[in-house]
Amino acid sequence: MRLNKMMTQDKNNDETPAFAGSIAVKVDDLTVAYNYKPVLWDIDLEIPEGVLMAIVGPNGAGKSTLIKSILGILNPIAGSVSIYGKSYEKQRALVAYVPQKGSVDWDFPTTALDVVMMGTYGSLGWIKRPGQKEKKMALEALEKVGMLPFKNRQISQLSGGQQQRIFLARALVQDASIYFMDEPFQGVDATTEIAIINILKELRKANKTVIVVHHDLQTVPEYFDWVTFLNVKKIATGPVKDIFNDDNLTKTYGINYKVSIQE
Amino acid sequence: MLGSFAVLRKQSLLGDAISHAALPGIAIAFLITGAKDSNVLLLGALISGLIGTFWIRGIISKTHLKSDTALGLILSLFFGFGMLLLTFIQKQPNANQAGLDKYLFGQAATLVESDVWLMAIVTGICLIVLLLFWKEFKILLFDADYTKTLGFNTRFIDILITTFIVLAIVLGLQTVGVVLMSAMLLAPAAAARQWTNNLGIMVLLAATFGAFSGVFGTAISASQNNLSTGPVIVIVAGIFVLISFIFSPNRGLLFKQIRFIKNRRDLQLHKTLSFMYHIAKTHENISHPHAIKILNNFQGYTKGTLQKLVRKNYVNLNGSMWSLTEEGFKTASNLYNQQTENNG
Repeated sequence: MRLNKMMTQDKNNDETPAFAGSIAVKVDDLTVAYNYKPVLWDIDLEIPEGVLMAIVGPNGAGKSTLIKSILGILNPIAGSVSIYGKSYEKQRALVAYVPQKGSVDWDFPTTALDVVMMGTYGSLGWIKRPGQKEKKMALEALEKVGMLPFKNRQISQLSGGQQQRIFLARALVQDASIYFMDEPFQGVDATTEIAIINILKELRKANKTVIVVHHDLQTVPEYFDWVTFLNVKKIATGPVKDIFNDDNLTKTYGINYKVSIQE
Repeated sequence: MLGSFAVLRKQSLLGDAISHAALPGIAIAFLITGAKDSNVLLLGALISGLIGTFWIRGIISKTHLKSDTALGLILSLFFGFGMLLLTFIQKQPNANQAGLDKYLFGQAATLVESDVWLMAIVTGICLIVLLLFWKEFKILLFDADYTKTLGFNTRFIDILITTFIVLAIVLGLQTVGVVLMSAMLLAPAAAARQWTNNLGIMVLLAATFGAFSGVFGTAISASQNNLSTGPVIVIVAGIFVLISFIFSPNRGLLFKQIRFIKNRRDLQLHKTLSFMYHIAKTHENISHPHAIKILNNFQGYTKGTLQKLVRKNYVNLNGSMWSLTEEGFKTASNLYNQQTENNG
């Protein structure tokens, strides 16, 4: 039922741009540095439409930086990004972002519903206020992540997992084609992890593209079908079943990765 | 009102830095024009306040210095420079120079009608901008990166907020003065935050607190001789903060403590009751009397809690023998089930 609904939503989306092939996100020669040292070096990346992709790599490998550069939050030194063949600025409406939970102050005086409503601000544009339609969308998104009973809860009174689901709902409201998520599984309990992964799978069924910064290597083969190994440079990218092996893990993490995780 | 945003941005000290940074602007404006027209002086304050603010921003983003270091640096640098200019002005043979130091501690009594009009107009503009860009301000304060991905020009919103904070500070200088201005900006906001979890209500409350401190402070200082208005206003605002910290229902210290004690008592009662329940369960008749000594094995047991249970009609006490009542047994078994559910 829910799936059907997502499919119909997808049809609406078809009016938007002519998809150049089936490459959802294309990154060319992307190089980013904070001070002198490059954090990302010469990244080329093509992410096909409809994949559920994990970005893995050690701490400081530039995983979050990659996402933030694609989304224009950081300014790269060189390189370009295109979304379905056009610049990100033109395709903004197709992209939704779930930041790291720790990046905001959860003591901010607002409610869960209010945060989810923020997902509608982009389509509203300047000055215009959200109305009934936006509220309805936000409530639907809250229901999808199982947080409807908490809609009027002050956000500091939510557990870490619930806060993460609120962030996810805020992105769902945007009804985008491509979702970027920065460590959505960080510090969440098993219930939330399952809830999130179910939503990710639903998104994929609806032919959305989902890109996730991920830390838990054990769950990569189970949750994702596409993977990018990153450590300042791009080590490898492709289907999990082809490239998720000891060789690439060793190249990415430096140490001799002998634990065969795929078993 | 605007202080709410400074508090929520964790940039509370920025207000302090801006107000101090405004001082050299006042002095320079006086040196250039040689007149004491307050509009011109405030324009100077505005400009140097803005310069100070953007320098602070620059230092934070371009160097490895932490924001408190940058704030402290700019604050003392500008204030020192301002004081230097003030002493220089005082040495000058210009009859006009007297009274510039009122900007240090403020002097509401020197306000004239045109000053008040200026304040009213700027406040009105602030209000309109705030209402127009309410949504944008809110989302930027909560999650700046996300706001950027939605396509908003975050730099523009940021400059807008900062400019209005600087404006508000500069306008307050005449009343409260350089040294105390940041208290005027922050105290109402800090007090308001204690009472509500809603941004809109918080801003409204902050404005109300601010206005009340102004009115009360002025009234008190007018009723006594030799009480300067600025400090009295700040003290009244401080009292609002103190009251809010202690008595606000959710975040206040008093109610927090009361809730804490009450929760502990409730838990103690539950624990004692469930202990009794476990003993009583082993008997066919739940009201089977037990020696009170059995309870001594249980750590949380006190006479006080037992008496409270008697009062609640959960337990019958007969000499040194206790027995659970029907009601006590039911409550205890409910508690027990709830706990196992929560664990499961």
